[in-house]
Amino acid sequence: MDFTPTDDRRMIADSLRRFLADTYPAEHRNKIAYEGEFHDPNGWAGLAELGIPGALVSEEDGGFGGAGFDMTTVFEEIGRALCPEPLLGNLMALRLYAAFGKSERVEALIAGSERAAFAFDETDAFGDLSEIATRAKDGKLTGRKTVVYGGNSADHILVAAKSGSGTIGLYEVKASDAEVLAYPMIDGGGAAEIILDSTPADCLAEDALDAIEAALDAGRLALCAEAVGAMDVLKDMTRDYLMQRQQFGRPIAMFQALQHRLVDFSIEIEQARSIVIHAAGKFETGERALAVAKAKNLIGRAGKLVAEEAVQMHGGIGMTWEYAGSHYAKRLIMIDHQLGDTEDQLHKVIALTDITRAA
Amino acid sequence: MDLNFTPQEDAFREEVRAFLKENLSEDLATKVRNGYDLTRDDMVGWHATLQTRSWLAVTWPEEYGGPGWNAVQRHIFEEECSLANAPRTVPFGLNMLGPVLIKFGTEAQKAEVLPRILSGEDWWCQGYSEPGAGSDLASLKTRAIRDGDEYVINGQKTWTTLGQFANKIFCLVRTSTEGKPQQGISFVLVDLKTPGIEMRPIKLIEGGFEVNEVFFTDVRVPVANRVGEENQGWTIAKYLLGHERTNIAGVGSSTEALNQLKALGRKVKRYGKPLAADPIFAAKVAEVEIDLEAMRMTNLRMLFGRSDAQGSVSSMLKIKGTVIRQAINDLARRALGPAAAPFPSEEVIGNFGIAPPEGAANAASYFNNRKLSIFGGSNEIQRNIITKETFGA
Repeated sequence: MDFTPTDDRRMIADSLRRFLADTYPAEHRNKIAYEGEFHDPNGWAGLAELGIPGALVSEEDGGFGGAGFDMTTVFEEIGRALCPEPLLGNLMALRLYAAFGKSERVEALIAGSERAAFAFDETDAFGDLSEIATRAKDGKLTGRKTVVYGGNSADHILVAAKSGSGTIGLYEVKASDAEVLAYPMIDGGGAAEIILDSTPADCLAEDALDAIEAALDAGRLALCAEAVGAMDVLKDMTRDYLMQRQQFGRPIAMFQALQHRLVDFSIEIEQARSIVIHAAGKFETGERALAVAKAKNLIGRAGKLVAEEAVQMHGGIGMTWEYAGSHYAKRLIMIDHQLGDTEDQLHKVIALTDITRAA
Repeated sequence: MDLNFTPQEDAFREEVRAFLKENLSEDLATKVRNGYDLTRDDMVGWHATLQTRSWLAVTWPEEYGGPGWNAVQRHIFEEECSLANAPRTVPFGLNMLGPVLIKFGTEAQKAEVLPRILSGEDWWCQGYSEPGAGSDLASLKTRAIRDGDEYVINGQKTWTTLGQFANKIFCLVRTSTEGKPQQGISFVLVDLKTPGIEMRPIKLIEGGFEVNEVFFTDVRVPVANRVGEENQGWTIAKYLLGHERTNIAGVGSSTEALNQLKALGRKVKRYGKPLAADPIFAAKVAEVEIDLEAMRMTNLRMLFGRSDAQGSVSSMLKIKGTVIRQAINDLARRALGPAAAPFPSEEVIGNFGIAPPEGAANAASYFNNRKLSIFGGSNEIQRNIITKETFGA
């Protein structure tokens, strides 16, 4: 057993960390994350230049990474910098294009010349593909997809829709052919409602369920790693604040009530890091779904604890938009809303472990 | 990143499994699995079984009769023992005094004491805490006054675990009242047959007897029984407490307890179905399982040499490990509903068939294991240790 990252991954992490720190200083980040295109197109180009999208896809599919630990390496840095780029949507799209051999699209996404997003949720079918209402008929899609991450800035949208035979298929539409209602999210970054009304679509697969589940798991693992990065930063900010803030004539770090709470959330951060390592290690095995569900459940719980406690221990400052820590707290809370929350993951763990049967 | 054990480590695990299969009797494993009290003979017998392979004093080097294992081998061994429901070895001689003597003892002390621990001739117990010195251990008052070649000891020790089975005790005593409290403490070895010692049992919350008070009245102990220099006992005390914290997470034992909980959930009925099919029960079990999965990895990260913050990770494992274990005990108690209550549990619940025998001790175990977050440095003290490291103070 060896917990040291490979040299390649360490180099990616180092160069990405430097690039993100230079490109997304807090004030700039908070501006672009909520205005204009809800991200920085130059920043996106810089990420592509660094090869970041390529790190999310395997060599045989045209990238140079693609393993669980490659994804967690990248997204931990995304989390540390609170980077609002639409990497989550593009990650899932990349993995789906790769799964169905669309190498020209994979190439374009890796080069940064195109962006894509994956549309799966619907207002009456969050996280439940079997209930989706979007239908494919005669090469056209009709339906409405909601809160599509990066859907605001994508050239192509991959859409999960019911095929003519009732299976869950995967289709590609040009964003310009669909109605795209773009908006920012409360924690920054863009999303969109995608409204399809006999919109022309290419079918990638009539039955794409397994590939879709795998892509969603990649997204979940990425979110978990992003949360660990964000938690680490928020912990350091909280510790520094406790040492610097004086009340009753001394740093508030001297008060045991605060010390012990900082310890308790530090423990959960270690646990969070551990469960992400576990999930990344299992990502290429048959235990992928269970390991990812376990990770995202724990991340949801830990993220909420860290976010709420950090805001509380900062006092009024933690409530302000101006303070960077509040944005980290917001991101941690909202990660739980993406790709299935703690309860959704718990349902999955219960189903997959089924304790009514002896092991 | 490589999350696999080496083929050699896997082979070692197989060797341990085979040994346990061959040498751990079903009767003894059942007692451990069900959480019933073990007799002195049970424990001494298991020690002897382990020592046939020199697998008893797992932290000792080979030259002193240990197996000379590294941390990974110890981890594998302890995990397999837990999963097989082997008794935990009695730690006071093996994991506390042994390492202290190997580090601080004279050659004569090592030659006299260590073999008798391995052979089972001596059962050591611990004289650390006092009524007025728990978390603030350095404030201890038991006095040792030099009189020629002897110390004369007066005072009281408490929470002495399994002292009723012991013939020896190692003690922290005050040999000086000068300077800081930490500076006047010495570490001495005492024969419990020495005149002036009285051991009184303390009945615990669940009705069991595992801890004692020890009273010292003019107890005369040879100065040669002191380990280390006079007034240097605090260094030894801290070293010993560090050893007490190995295997602190108890991952193997919690894993086995969780397996037992699930099995019980399949056996007991609620609303006409096995409790395991109840969604609220299943959700609580799943949540503990996830926490335990994370802790298994945290434990391995420490074991395989995370470069930073080793000390505080072991405190983290103490806190989280005990919280998880107590959560499992809590669920196991609640799984029985009203059947958890009859007392004394082993006899009444088991003999009258009120609940499956493997669940009979669940309420008692729940109450007894509240100790986990109190002893070995309370969880609050662990938080103070982590705080020191966090703020670098």
